[in-house]
Order: sequence, then structure tokens, then C-alpha cells
Amino acid sequence: MYSEKVMDHFTNPRNCGEIPDADGVGEVGNAKCGDIMRMYLKIENNIIVDVKFKTFGCGAAIATSSIATEMIKGQSIDDALKLTNKAVVEALDGLPPVKIHCSVLAEQAVKAAVADYYRKNGIDSPILHEDCDGCCEACDHHHDHVIGDDQ
Amino acid sequence: MSENKRFVYADNAATTPIDSRVLEAMLPYLTDKWGNPSSAYSKGREAASPLTESRAKIASLLGCKPSELFFTASGSEADNWAIKGAASAAKNKGRHIITTKFEHHAVLNAMKSLERDGYEVTYLDVEKNGLITPEAVEAAMRDDTVLVAVMYANNEIGTVLPIKEISEVVHRHGAVMFTDAVQAVGHIDINVKDLGVDMLAFSGHKINAPKGIGALYIKTGTRVHTLIDGGGQERGRRGGTENVPYIAGLAKALELAYERLDDEKRVLALRERLVSGILDKIPYSFLNGDREKRLAGNANITFEYVEGESLLMFMDLNGICCSTGSACNSASLEPSHVLLSIGVPAEKAHGSLRFTLSHENTDEDVDYILEKLPAIVQRLRDMSPLYNSTMERVK
Repeated sequence: MYSEKVMDHFTNPRNCGEIPDADGVGEVGNAKCGDIMRMYLKIENNIIVDVKFKTFGCGAAIATSSIATEMIKGQSIDDALKLTNKAVVEALDGLPPVKIHCSVLAEQAVKAAVADYYRKNGIDSPILHEDCDGCCEACDHHHDHVIGDDQ
Repeated sequence: MSENKRFVYADNAATTPIDSRVLEAMLPYLTDKWGNPSSAYSKGREAASPLTESRAKIASLLGCKPSELFFTASGSEADNWAIKGAASAAKNKGRHIITTKFEHHAVLNAMKSLERDGYEVTYLDVEKNGLITPEAVEAAMRDDTVLVAVMYANNEIGTVLPIKEISEVVHRHGAVMFTDAVQAVGHIDINVKDLGVDMLAFSGHKINAPKGIGALYIKTGTRVHTLIDGGGQERGRRGGTENVPYIAGLAKALELAYERLDDEKRVLALRERLVSGILDKIPYSFLNGDREKRLAGNANITFEYVEGESLLMFMDLNGICCSTGSACNSASLEPSHVLLSIGVPAEKAHGSLRFTLSHENTDEDVDYILEKLPAIVQRLRDMSPLYNSTMERVK
């Protein structure tokens, strides 16, 4: 069901933990739906110098969180914001169709953590005004904007 | 990830391996004695006599007449036949049916299908301990109630329901009583006449027979429409050449299950040690379903702050097979309807594991689960944003 990459990140998650003095913290998902991701960012000069995550969820949720932290660590904020769920899925060598929403959560968790950083620092950004279509906050899983059943 | 890894199969409510004696009972009809039991010549007759003998054997074990037993290809088929066949036969009398919220999907989806055909179905609430009372059934009975379907034992939480008492209520009101006994047959000493039900469904692969064979008991005089029109097999009610080898396997498996009913006491002791061990070692965990009124082998436990599929995956990496009530194990994204029905909140239902032990499990299996599970739960809790370092850790 899962690729070797997914199993690797599930059994040996990278950057799992907390950053007590994080500059931005984002949490997405919902315990009722069975997955919550929290992402912590340490930012210096617009660069993500450290990132940690905590996830309550299935194997895919843990693996997508783990690889997302690897993909944004050392990147500029602007590059981190370009992380898409599609890139997360590809980096994991694919996910089963019912698990695609986990990759969406990983993308949203990064954006939520950056938004928190912007808010704390009084920086305005378009991402503060983006409406989530519900996929990370409720059980209305509208995923028309993501790669889906062809996976 | 472990040096002393062993293989522990603790998912016997999902399926069971074929017993070698069952296979032996089947083999002659897969090889030499391959005739059609309906053929009049000797090649056919050598397949017809095991069919008669198997039916008689199962009937004597369940306490019914051979003519009251009908073989099907699965427990789901037997469930569907009983429900749709009885509803259809009674449609001029009434169109109200009663069932429970925590039936197997073979029953619940058959009910949904009947609702689309104009029947009205009452889904009884389940008590917090996973039981249904005869009083609750009585309160739902109406003049137009024609059928009541209540499972004998729940497949997820293992609770055993008072079917005899419920049957009495149903008959007092003149309706037909059906029970899905797929999880109960072979684990409980069932006599259908004592039980008083009109129909009872069961399956072979839960009791060490192969997948692809089930049966429905239909008490003489119960009105149930024909399932498959065909060549007159199964007294004209389920056409199709009889699956002689599988039927012979089912008879042997049931015979063996009744012979080892006493062993359920040993299974119960294993289950109790497993449950006590888990609840003692792992804080923020609780048993789902009544601790006493449940199948000997069933332990369904919720672990707060973690999710079931990741638990299951780590158990699998350690060689332990069990199942979960988490949505993440299905396409639906909804957690187990059974756990929701007994009032477990969705966020906790996601963190449940079901262990179902059998006569093949040993003390060493339980020791092994108790050795591996606490560390797995702690590992996932340490990754969970719902759990923090000030909370109690596993022992």
C-alpha cells in the first residue's frame, strides 16, 4: 500500500519534535477526522533555519509531515510557500488516493506556520488573506485542486 | 526493528486459517469425487452423499433439521437473503423493520437497500456497554413490524446480545427474528431451537473453513422468498450446483469448533490477561464494550492521543496482526460506526485497536503483544500534538 519512502519517513521521521521559541507555529487538521499536524519554524533573515513537527495521524500523515520539513529546511520563506502537496506526493514516490489529503495537510501546515510568523511580526502577505476551502479545518474534503484519483 | 520478532495473528474476527483436518475433509471432493450431486449415476452419487452427511452434521450441531439449512457463498449473502427475502415475503403484511446501529455492513446496507424500496427501518441505539436490551426492542415494535435483525455478537467489540430474550419479544409481537451470528457460531454453544430465532446466518472462514462458504438457517414455516432461481438446489430456494468440497469443509470445521468449545475458557483467560496488561501498562487507554458479556477472544481498546492506522502499522512491523476502528484504514474517512454507536467520540474512535484471539493463540503471544504495544503507543504519543511531556507515560 505504501512506498518504501513513505515507510522510511514513517518509521524514522525527520525533524519530529517541538521548537519552544519558534518564530511561527501552524496547526491544521482536526482530531475528529483523525489527523492533526503542527509545524514549528525558526526563521532568520527570511530563511527557515530550523523546523520541527508533531503529528497525530496515520502513517501517511506522519510521512508527509516528515518529508515536508526536510523539503523546506534551509529554504527561504518564499520558496517554502511554493511547496505543493503534489511535490510532497512525488517526493514520497506516491501515496494511495485516499491518503492524498495528508499531503494537502502538510502543505497547509507549512503555510499556517509562515502565516503565524507574518502575523507575529506585523508583515502583510497575500497568504494571510487566502481562504482555505475547508480541507484542513473540517471533514468537507474538497480536493478538486489537488492531484487525486490518478495516483 | 526487533531481534526477538515473532508472528502473532490476533485478528481472528477478520478471518482464520484453514484447519488441516478441514482441508483433508475437502480434498476428496476437489479431486476424485468431483461429480455433480444432482446426477443420478454413481459419480454424482459419490458427491451427493457428503452433501447429505454434511447438512445432517451441521443440523445436529446447531439443533435444527437438515431441511432448515441452506448453504450460501458467504455470511454476507446469508444476511442479505434473510433480510431481503423475509421483508419481501411480508410486504403485504407490513413494511417496518427493526435493527441496530452497530450491525455489520452486510446487514446495514441491506437495510439501506430496503429503505430505497419503500420499507421503513428503525435503527436501535446501542447502550454504552455495547448491548441491546429486549425492552428497547419491545419499545420499537409496531403493528406493521415484520422483521427484527439483531446480531448475536458484534464483530468489532465482541459484545454478546440477549438474542433468546429478544426473540421472545419479537415473537410476542408476531414478527420474524433474524440474527447475524457470523462471529458467534463456533465460539458459543448455540442451539437454534433453544435460542428461538427464525433465521440465523453464519460463515465458514471465521471458524477455520475456507472463504466462500456460509449458511442460513431458516426455521420451517418462516416465509422467505427464493434467493436464486435455478435448478432446484437447496430445496429450490438457492439455485446453483452445490459447492460440495466447501460444504464438507464447513461441516468439519463446525464439528471441530464444537469439540473445542471448552477451550474458549483458556482463550478468555488469555484475553483477560491481555486486557489487564494493556490497561495497566498504558495510561489513557480503555476497553470498548462490556467486559463480561463479550466473546472470549475479543479485546477492543482505545488509546487516546494516537491514531489507529499508525499503531497498526507499527504492530505489523513487529509481526503482530490486529485491526483498527480508525477511518484511515478505509476509504470513508469516518471512524468505526460501532464505536460511534456506543458513544466513543470520533477523535478517540480513531485510536482503537481490536485484538481477536483464537484457540491457536498462546501465552507467549500475549506476552509478546504486552512487550511491544506500550512502547509503540508511547512512541506515537511522543509524536502527537495532542499529548505533552507532562502527561503520564507508559509503564
